[in-house]
Amino acid sequence: MPKYVVATVDEIPPGQRKIITVERRSIGLFNVNGDFYAIRNQCPHEGGPLCEGVLSGLVRSEMPGEYEYVRRGEIVRCPWHQWEFDVRTGQSWFDPAKTRVRAYETTVETTTSLATSDADLVDAGYTKGPYEAETYRVEVDQQYIVLHL
Amino acid sequence: MVATARKNRGPVVDCDIHNAVWPGALDPYLAKRWRRHGQLFGSRTHPGSLYPKGSPAAARHDAWPPSGRPPGGDLEFMRKQHLDPEGIEYGILNCLGPAGTQLNAEYSSALCRAVNEWQIAEWLEKEPRLRAGVAVPYEDAELAVKEIDRFADHPGFVQVLLIVRTAEPLGRRKYWKIYEAAERNNLPVGIHFGGGARGVPITASGWPSYYIEDHTDMAQAFQAHVVSLVCEGVFERFPGLRVVLIEGGFAWLPSLMWRLDKHWKRLKEEVPHLKRRPSDYIREHMWVTTQPIEEPHNPRHLLQVLDHLGGSDRVMFSTDYPHWDYDDPDRAFRVRLPEEDRRRIFAGNAKALYGLR
Amino acid sequence: MVDTRETTYPGRLPRWGNADLVDCDVQVAVGSVDVLAPYLDQRWRDYLSESGVRAIDPHQYPKGAPISALPGSAPATGGPPGSDLGLLRAQVLDRWQARYAVLNCGFEISAIHNDDWALAMARAVNDWQAAEWLAPEPRLRASIVIPAQNPELAAAEIDRLAEHPGFVQVLLPVRAEAPLGKRRYWPIYAAAERHGLAVGIYAGGASGNPPTPVGWPSYYLEDYVCLSQAFQAQVVSLVSEGVFTKFPALRVVLIESGFTWLPALMWRFDKNWKGLRREVPWVDRPPSEIIRHHLRLTTQPLDEPGEPRQLIETIEQLGCDEMLLFATDFPHWQFDTEEGVLPSGLRPEVEHRILATNALETYRF
Ligand code: FES
Repeated sequence: MPKYVVATVDEIPPGQRKIITVERRSIGLFNVNGDFYAIRNQCPHEGGPLCEGVLSGLVRSEMPGEYEYVRRGEIVRCPWHQWEFDVRTGQSWFDPAKTRVRAYETTVETTTSLATSDADLVDAGYTKGPYEAETYRVEVDQQYIVLHL
Repeated sequence: MVATARKNRGPVVDCDIHNAVWPGALDPYLAKRWRRHGQLFGSRTHPGSLYPKGSPAAARHDAWPPSGRPPGGDLEFMRKQHLDPEGIEYGILNCLGPAGTQLNAEYSSALCRAVNEWQIAEWLEKEPRLRAGVAVPYEDAELAVKEIDRFADHPGFVQVLLIVRTAEPLGRRKYWKIYEAAERNNLPVGIHFGGGARGVPITASGWPSYYIEDHTDMAQAFQAHVVSLVCEGVFERFPGLRVVLIEGGFAWLPSLMWRLDKHWKRLKEEVPHLKRRPSDYIREHMWVTTQPIEEPHNPRHLLQVLDHLGGSDRVMFSTDYPHWDYDDPDRAFRVRLPEEDRRRIFAGNAKALYGLR
Repeated sequence: MVDTRETTYPGRLPRWGNADLVDCDVQVAVGSVDVLAPYLDQRWRDYLSESGVRAIDPHQYPKGAPISALPGSAPATGGPPGSDLGLLRAQVLDRWQARYAVLNCGFEISAIHNDDWALAMARAVNDWQAAEWLAPEPRLRASIVIPAQNPELAAAEIDRLAEHPGFVQVLLPVRAEAPLGKRRYWPIYAAAERHGLAVGIYAGGASGNPPTPVGWPSYYLEDYVCLSQAFQAQVVSLVSEGVFTKFPALRVVLIESGFTWLPALMWRFDKNWKGLRREVPWVDRPPSEIIRHHLRLTTQPLDEPGEPRQLIETIEQLGCDEMLLFATDFPHWQFDTEEGVLPSGLRPEVEHRILATNALETYRF
């Protein structure tokens, strides 16, 4: 499973997102309360740029007139037809079993773990991402988001 | 924007694109008297159709231009986001907005004229792929006719544009002068989703609670117009008239044709001006656009719908760009269309109807 | 004017053999208010005669229109079609060999604006149905007529009659004052659910709202055809408002609605729900699933295409064999061919469901 260093942690504050391209795939990276999630930026419905949509919560209800508003900031709504997806799992809300978007594992790693030679990185399964060496080699205390494709 | 490769698909004629009037856009085209009227009194229509849309301005979230204009209000952005990447050979602009349905008929007429002049200057003259509908104050047919006659000769205008939620069923005589002018100028009449400015509830039982109802029920407003246009004998009276139903869906049309034919057989003495079956008029005089395309659970049922319609020769593809219920040219049909049907639906029918070449 | 064409009004089709059959839509007509006099308090009897009210006619069926009455369905002794038990026995129960027939009285309570008078008339119609139809004829079942404009009174009327085994349904007009899913109507659904009664929505109503989303059409033909749009909006309302979430045992029957429009509506509605679900979060399944589970539709008028195959395809598009209920819509004249009764080419088990099974599962016979 190739891994890509795709962003610094500072770049994506909680509640924010970044859209990246890895291996010609557009992917949305989301910071949900300090945890990072990544899903494909292509809606399984008609292919809309899913990760550009509104980040919202989920309204649930057991009974007409009752509203339970939960998981605020964890649900992305496709900018086209407003289908709702869980950014943590890529599952759609209305049809979790069948309609989902590809989700990727992410990890946060520190400069120290990455700032060795390229050979070590390759050995460890990393592949060069859009972040060039100067970023992580110069900023000594930086933390990086690593995407597992 | 996802840059999906548009493989081997022929050109597309998009029969429903919305160009939006940005704030102040019409000022250069309005007489001082009407500019002042607008400042003092603004738009006045029935206020009772307040259903928060699926998204702000009912638009795709990714369709807000960086320029700060409203979605559909920036030609350069429209080119970049839609016309170029989707390979749109021609796009038909349907400018929505409150111009056509103001309670003050003279203001309505002034606004429509301004919209049309603005469309020429800002859209048609700048982008050869675009065509537009003539905005008209349709609740006052005589004033509407003036707009039609004024703009019909401009090659960029290819239809007369009405909004579906009118004050009365469109077959009624108060609208006939519009059809006479459209026929005389060889322009189809397009009827587009939306409106409600005259306070007629969207259901026969008054106002529903939710936007999902308002949007779903809109198809029924189209159905009522189909019934009215046919039963009033509009197509007997104006045999050259062509009507396009825009953004109403179309899977309901076979059922409506059957129902009309069935009950006409029994009740035709009431409408002796009809010389043929209702479905004959519909098949000959009416076109539909595809968006928001019905998505049957079994995608093949869409092919049955085309068969029940009597073929694909009156069906025209549309995206509704930049609105939230946009249909993507590559993905809207979830079933493989026979090649011949595909070419007709995506370009041929619209080219023939609107004379695009 | 009666249609002078040679008419062949079919009866029970030979291919059905001895199959069980339930007619889910037989219309009974009150005619003059005199008929109801025995069932009205003296105060209302005098009120009616002193104010000259002879009948309540919403003009839903123009008397002479060829659709309104089958030739021979009006009693020779006077009175409107559908007002004579003997004729109904001969033309419905015997002719079709029906095990049961469900009476739907279209007496237009919704045209009455005085709630107390509306209730008095509804009670009278119901007591008249019980005494003059249900009591003498065990094959008949009836629908409770209510003043829907006042749901509390309506619910009380349902409660009053619920113990009577002859009543199997509560009637609401499709052209109502408000969309029928709205919460104001919920006392009616609570009462119906409580007593195991179906709610039938009939092709009438005099609410004053224009009958189409674009105002008043000119012709009766349009009025009748556009009823299907009024039904569509009620389906959308009942689902969107969460009526079936609140009343999970409720069954709603659309009477004289047509049904060929339903697949397209379900597709459009499901598509919208996927994007707009958060507006109606209690709708926790695709609307089509809810519709298939809770909604039933009578078969007449059968808006059949020229090609029977297309009707079969449309019935298959419903995606559920349990939804259609056989009906003649007597005394309305909706068909004059066998193909107009039910399309040939239905799978036999589906046809038997339509003829009886679905009705037996819907109504508390
Ligand atoms: S493309 Fe995302 S919801 Fe349709």
